[in-house]
Amino acid sequence: MKKSEKIAGNVANYVDERTGAAKWLKKNLTKVFPDHWSFMLGEVALYSFIILLFSGTFLTFWFDPSQRDVVYNGSYTPLADVKMSAAYASALHISFDVRGGLLMRQIHHWAALLFMAAMIAHLMRIFFTGAFRKPREANWLIGVGLVTLGIVEGFLGYSLPDDLLSGTGIRIAEAILQAIPVVGSYLAFFAFGGAFPGHVFIPRIYTVHVLLLPGIFLALITVHLMLVWYQKHTQYPGPGRTEKNVVGYPLMPVYMAKAGGFFFIVFGVTALLGAVASINPIWLYGPYTPGQISAGSQPDFYMGWLDGLVRMSPPLETHAFGHTISWNILIPGLIVPGILFTGMALYPFIESWMTGDKREHHLLDRPRNNPNRTALGAMSLAFMLVILINGGNDLIATHFHLTINQIMWFTRIAVFVVPPIVFVITKRLCLSLQRADREIVLHGRETGRLVMMPNGEFVEVHEELSAEKKFTLTQHEQPQALEVPTTDRSGVRNPQGIKGKLRARMSQAHVEQVPAPSQEEAKALEGGHH
Amino acid sequence: MNFGINKLSRYRRHRFATPALMLVALIAVGSTFSVASALTANKETTQSAMSTQVAEGKSIFERGCSSCHGLNAEGSKIAPSLIGVGAASVDFQVGTGRMPMADMSQQAMRKTPKYNAEETAALAAYVASLAPGPDSVNEAAISWERDGNTAQGGELFRTNCAMCHNFAGQGGALTQGKYAPTLMGVDAKYIYEAMITGPQSMPIFNDKTITPAEKLSIIKWLKAAQSEPNLGGASLGRTGPVTEGLLAWVMGLGILIGIAVWLASKAR
Repeated sequence: MKKSEKIAGNVANYVDERTGAAKWLKKNLTKVFPDHWSFMLGEVALYSFIILLFSGTFLTFWFDPSQRDVVYNGSYTPLADVKMSAAYASALHISFDVRGGLLMRQIHHWAALLFMAAMIAHLMRIFFTGAFRKPREANWLIGVGLVTLGIVEGFLGYSLPDDLLSGTGIRIAEAILQAIPVVGSYLAFFAFGGAFPGHVFIPRIYTVHVLLLPGIFLALITVHLMLVWYQKHTQYPGPGRTEKNVVGYPLMPVYMAKAGGFFFIVFGVTALLGAVASINPIWLYGPYTPGQISAGSQPDFYMGWLDGLVRMSPPLETHAFGHTISWNILIPGLIVPGILFTGMALYPFIESWMTGDKREHHLLDRPRNNPNRTALGAMSLAFMLVILINGGNDLIATHFHLTINQIMWFTRIAVFVVPPIVFVITKRLCLSLQRADREIVLHGRETGRLVMMPNGEFVEVHEELSAEKKFTLTQHEQPQALEVPTTDRSGVRNPQGIKGKLRARMSQAHVEQVPAPSQEEAKALEGGHH
Repeated sequence: MNFGINKLSRYRRHRFATPALMLVALIAVGSTFSVASALTANKETTQSAMSTQVAEGKSIFERGCSSCHGLNAEGSKIAPSLIGVGAASVDFQVGTGRMPMADMSQQAMRKTPKYNAEETAALAAYVASLAPGPDSVNEAAISWERDGNTAQGGELFRTNCAMCHNFAGQGGALTQGKYAPTLMGVDAKYIYEAMITGPQSMPIFNDKTITPAEKLSIIKWLKAAQSEPNLGGASLGRTGPVTEGLLAWVMGLGILIGIAVWLASKAR
């Protein structure tokens, strides 16, 4: 044994004798994880969060979260001697006078966009594969919480530099706050410490942005990952994969290497973006003063849908009992987002109620095998996309030579019309894909090879699928619709009332399937023809 | 309100009513005539020197502009009257190619000018001869480089212009397909003329709202913004977060998903 190995052994032994770590490590380092590219979307979110922590810490060294007035005398001459807040001046200082400061600022902002984009993509993967089903409902809720907090955290970060664009964003946030009936104006006064913009808002949101929310993020992410660890990772169906096992590779060494490498790739992509593409050029926006605004003021994309909703809302207001209720802000700014996020959070429970399925699921669904859920997801995405388009209506208007009014009216109508159409089309597409699966299992793959039979008949040779492929295409469940109980034990008719009927109707929609080919059907076909 | 009219109409059959009305009418006609003749008399002295230019402008106008603006520039259902718009307006509209319009769309677009500098000057002289209006601006005469203040211009621009032309002068959307055009690559004199004539949907910024010195500052800031290198890398159009979001999804997450697919397939 070499000397170095001996020392390492001694150290390991010392630690193990005192902590019993060896047993724990042995068990956990060999933990198996399944492998699929879509399982790495959450990793992207996690890694960009780590990048955000480090780049953000760097920025705090110079950022001065204060709204006191200063006169700029840094090296960006087009703003020389302009009066601005200390926050904006220090953000300019970071950009132009701190070595690597602009790169770090850009990395921080790109990582924030990537963080949100990765979380949304991860959420879509979880939704479309049914990974939120029992026992993972709690983790779904944590995930929804992380996305929601991510939007808030991103918005606060966008607001901190106190440039013209962020000030405009804060102004809209104030308007949304004020739109809350009765207490709105009090809440706004409370948040801003008086009238807008005041002198306390930037320092306040700074504390929330760098301390409170990152702390909550760390805690939630830890629980999120611990639950993945404890409940084990889901896997896509395939031969040898059951609800009771996990097929994949051990954490050590495969995933340690892969995840470690992937972290550096994510960091690399973020740094590349930060180095080559300008993001949030605050020096062009100028300092915020409430009297100014720029055409094409937009929030970051994760808030763009909200902006689009506000932009499309008709001017509705009511005055009652000395209070004004601004429905034009209240509905798009608070009520619709509230309904959307509540619906998203509750979906696992709604689906379980609809289908009556209370079993544990560790095998994922292929999206086509659950047409109703996939269609619902596509419908929600279509809704979001339509309102996101309206969020950028001014830029679309100028760049594609359209009128902003037409875009607004198009999205006002499309927001009601397009999602149902997308639902129907997606559901039909899923059923068609199921039919295609059934076809290929029963008749094999069309090879394009034509063979002439002795009797002169031409046939195309169909190649039979491998047993593994056949299994993968036919393993999914064939769910049964719930029946409405017509009478209960004492003979009372329709005991669950409308609720029961609704549930049965929804369950029926949910189980619409093309039957997977059975063993018998496959056998019957083996008798010669395809 | 009615009371006043009633009170007035009570005197309509008063014996002094007709002479009083006559007097009012006479004063109105007389003073209008005297003001108008004074204006024309005033013009005649300056006109005599450049009457050939005016005549030339009139003939260009009749050929190129009168089908919409009317034979005497009095305007029509589809085009405004040009009486009193001044030389600055003509210089801006014709010099930037906006007039003559290519088609009757939401607003005149900037394009290659149809008339050369000489013809434009002649047109301007003709329109200016109809009634007084803001004079055209000589590019060499506006010394924005010497007299402008970039930082002050930026402040003025953000206060008065950015709400339509965007924070970096890239332009923006207005209602019903109208738009504020980009200010990049526009000659200083056209920026100046636009401010004093208020073309299309733009308001007029007269010398009391924004002083001539401040106008030069705005021009200087715009020129500085135009020549400023993209300090943070590719500018993405200087239009704000929409293009940034697009890039984050396509080049950020898009590339990472590609790498994830590659990593997952390598394991097998």
